[in-house]
Amino acid sequence: MYSQGLIGSGDQTTETPKFLAAFQARIDADEKIEPNDPMPAAYRKTLIRQIGQHAHSEIIGMLPEGNWITRAPTLRRKAALLAKVQDEGGHGLYLYSAAETLGVSRKQMTEELVSGRAKYSSIFNYPTQTWADIGAIGWLVDGAAIMNQVPLCRCSYGPYARAMIRVCKEESFHQRQGYEIMLKLAEGSPAQKEMAQDALNRWWWPSLMMFGPPDGASEHSDQSTRWKIKRFTNDELRQKFVDATVPQAQRLGLSLPDPALAWNEAGGRYDYGEIDWDEFWAVVKGHGPLNKARVAARKKAWEDGAWVREAALAHAKKRAARQSVAIAAE
Amino acid sequence: MPPALVAALIGLADDHLILGHRLSEWCGHAPMLEEDLAMPNIALDLIGQARGLYTYAGELEGAGRDEDALAFGRLERAYRNLLICELPNGDFAHTMLRQFYFASFMQLFWQEVESSTDATLAAIAAKAVKESQYHRRHCAEWVIRLGDGTDESARRMEEAVTLLAPYAGEFFIADPEACGAVAAGVLPETQALQHAWQADVEQVFVAAKLAPPEAVYAQKGGRRGLHTEAMGHLLAQLQFMQRSFPDMTW
Amino acid sequence: MSEAEEIPLWEVFIRPRNGLAHRHCGSLHAADAEMALQAARDVYTRRGEGLSVWVIPSAQIVASDPQDRNVLFDPADDKIYRHPSFYNIPDDVGHM
Repeated sequence: MYSQGLIGSGDQTTETPKFLAAFQARIDADEKIEPNDPMPAAYRKTLIRQIGQHAHSEIIGMLPEGNWITRAPTLRRKAALLAKVQDEGGHGLYLYSAAETLGVSRKQMTEELVSGRAKYSSIFNYPTQTWADIGAIGWLVDGAAIMNQVPLCRCSYGPYARAMIRVCKEESFHQRQGYEIMLKLAEGSPAQKEMAQDALNRWWWPSLMMFGPPDGASEHSDQSTRWKIKRFTNDELRQKFVDATVPQAQRLGLSLPDPALAWNEAGGRYDYGEIDWDEFWAVVKGHGPLNKARVAARKKAWEDGAWVREAALAHAKKRAARQSVAIAAE
Repeated sequence: MPPALVAALIGLADDHLILGHRLSEWCGHAPMLEEDLAMPNIALDLIGQARGLYTYAGELEGAGRDEDALAFGRLERAYRNLLICELPNGDFAHTMLRQFYFASFMQLFWQEVESSTDATLAAIAAKAVKESQYHRRHCAEWVIRLGDGTDESARRMEEAVTLLAPYAGEFFIADPEACGAVAAGVLPETQALQHAWQADVEQVFVAAKLAPPEAVYAQKGGRRGLHTEAMGHLLAQLQFMQRSFPDMTW
Repeated sequence: MSEAEEIPLWEVFIRPRNGLAHRHCGSLHAADAEMALQAARDVYTRRGEGLSVWVIPSAQIVASDPQDRNVLFDPADDKIYRHPSFYNIPDDVGHM
């Protein structure tokens, strides 16, 4: 669910102009590229990086929401949240699988994540302090993710596009789940309404940052757009998100923490204030409130689980050996 | 409606809520991603069963308590779950062995409840029996894989067998509140399930190359609200919102 | 970490309902067949997507090489006599 504008890519192509032109012609003809098809090394590398970042975001994304599974206020909310966090795990799994078709293994990608080298959506480095954060994440973060992900269903790389179709289908309940939580809070007691407003105040700007750096600063938008890995620019998607979300906030009776936010009649859109890009880059570079804790939690799960994975493999070998002995004896 | 049946159903619901809660703690921290999906599936089934049981218990009681009032609104001494359900997760071997014990027991239990004289419980059982059958299958496979995997996994599984041995006996101690319901054919006599449960465990242990658990003194008291020290901490999380913000809608 | 090997990759095929063929829906990692079957159930049928599951170790799939595409599949392009529209039947014969 949580793709973010791709950060940090810088690949040179070494293929012949003829090869690149033929590849571009396939893309321009809206042909899908499938795993074993010839493709420029940079196309492969960009995809591995983007799908990997996307998958890591899903996996890390399990943590802030998982933080509230044991404290959800009702059994209905508990079940919905658990199912949602489980879905994020599933989405990570589909995406890792898509990346694996490009020649990188899940183990490699996981090791990159737990070593702290991999990037993931920076929004998950913020803490979930109150129950309203679960509502705000579902509403805003999943809402932002949907803006990003729907176009990815038409991405030129077949396995990524197919994974995204599945993700988007499953995702449709996530944002509604979040908005419903916010709605209950907004209609509730003063304490509940305050909780909702506080969560919105804290999650609004990080949600806008989810779309990645502004178009001028994004290194790779152009090539990714030509290859139809990316269909819209970061700023285009961000604007779509703002336009969709402002009326939803009004319906809740909550205010957005941006004094510059105003309807632009001529442009048919909402204008919004300056995003704090220093904060964005600081969080991307590892200085968010919880970057280290998030990676450490996944590292612990991975390392604590090593003996389980080893045992499963060892047992599978024993089972296979016993089976072949049994067959030989027949 | 006899308050005893209400209490018995609440005990049964507590088993499922508390164990489901424990299992949900794994979400995001499992040994492999596939298991990050498998464990919540089991936890969601358990929470679903708890909801059905609480709701029915609340209806029978007729005092206006709904599933959430029952799940979140009691003091520790009023929770009636078996102690095995509240134990901290421990490692993956401990979690899977506990889940296997419980699922194997519940599969037998629900099979009996399917022919309960109480139609609502029979309907709950018809759904739950399929769910617990899958839980049993999933967890039994892990017990076998880990028992007969590496030296380390076998050692961890043996430790889990030892740690859980004192808690398995409580499945088969009659709940005094359930006596009337047992006599009326509403709920099964759990003691009668012990033989089949032991046979199931033995069969899996043979495949897992595990020595059967030694007979030890059974810890008991869950059905009387006598809990381990872990329970209060579990409830502190479970009840946090309802305690901090009483009587609100979420 | 002593774990040198990776748990193998499997391909998952699901039959959404009887009457339809099994269809590839994704992949997963599992150490053995039972684990793969259960993981397929837990990962790919959470919303009632299927009534039957196949799992196949990815390494066991034999695939044609995309480089061979022209050699393998182009020769079928000009065999238009294999298609019904190749044959001229007067309209008054009716649907055939």
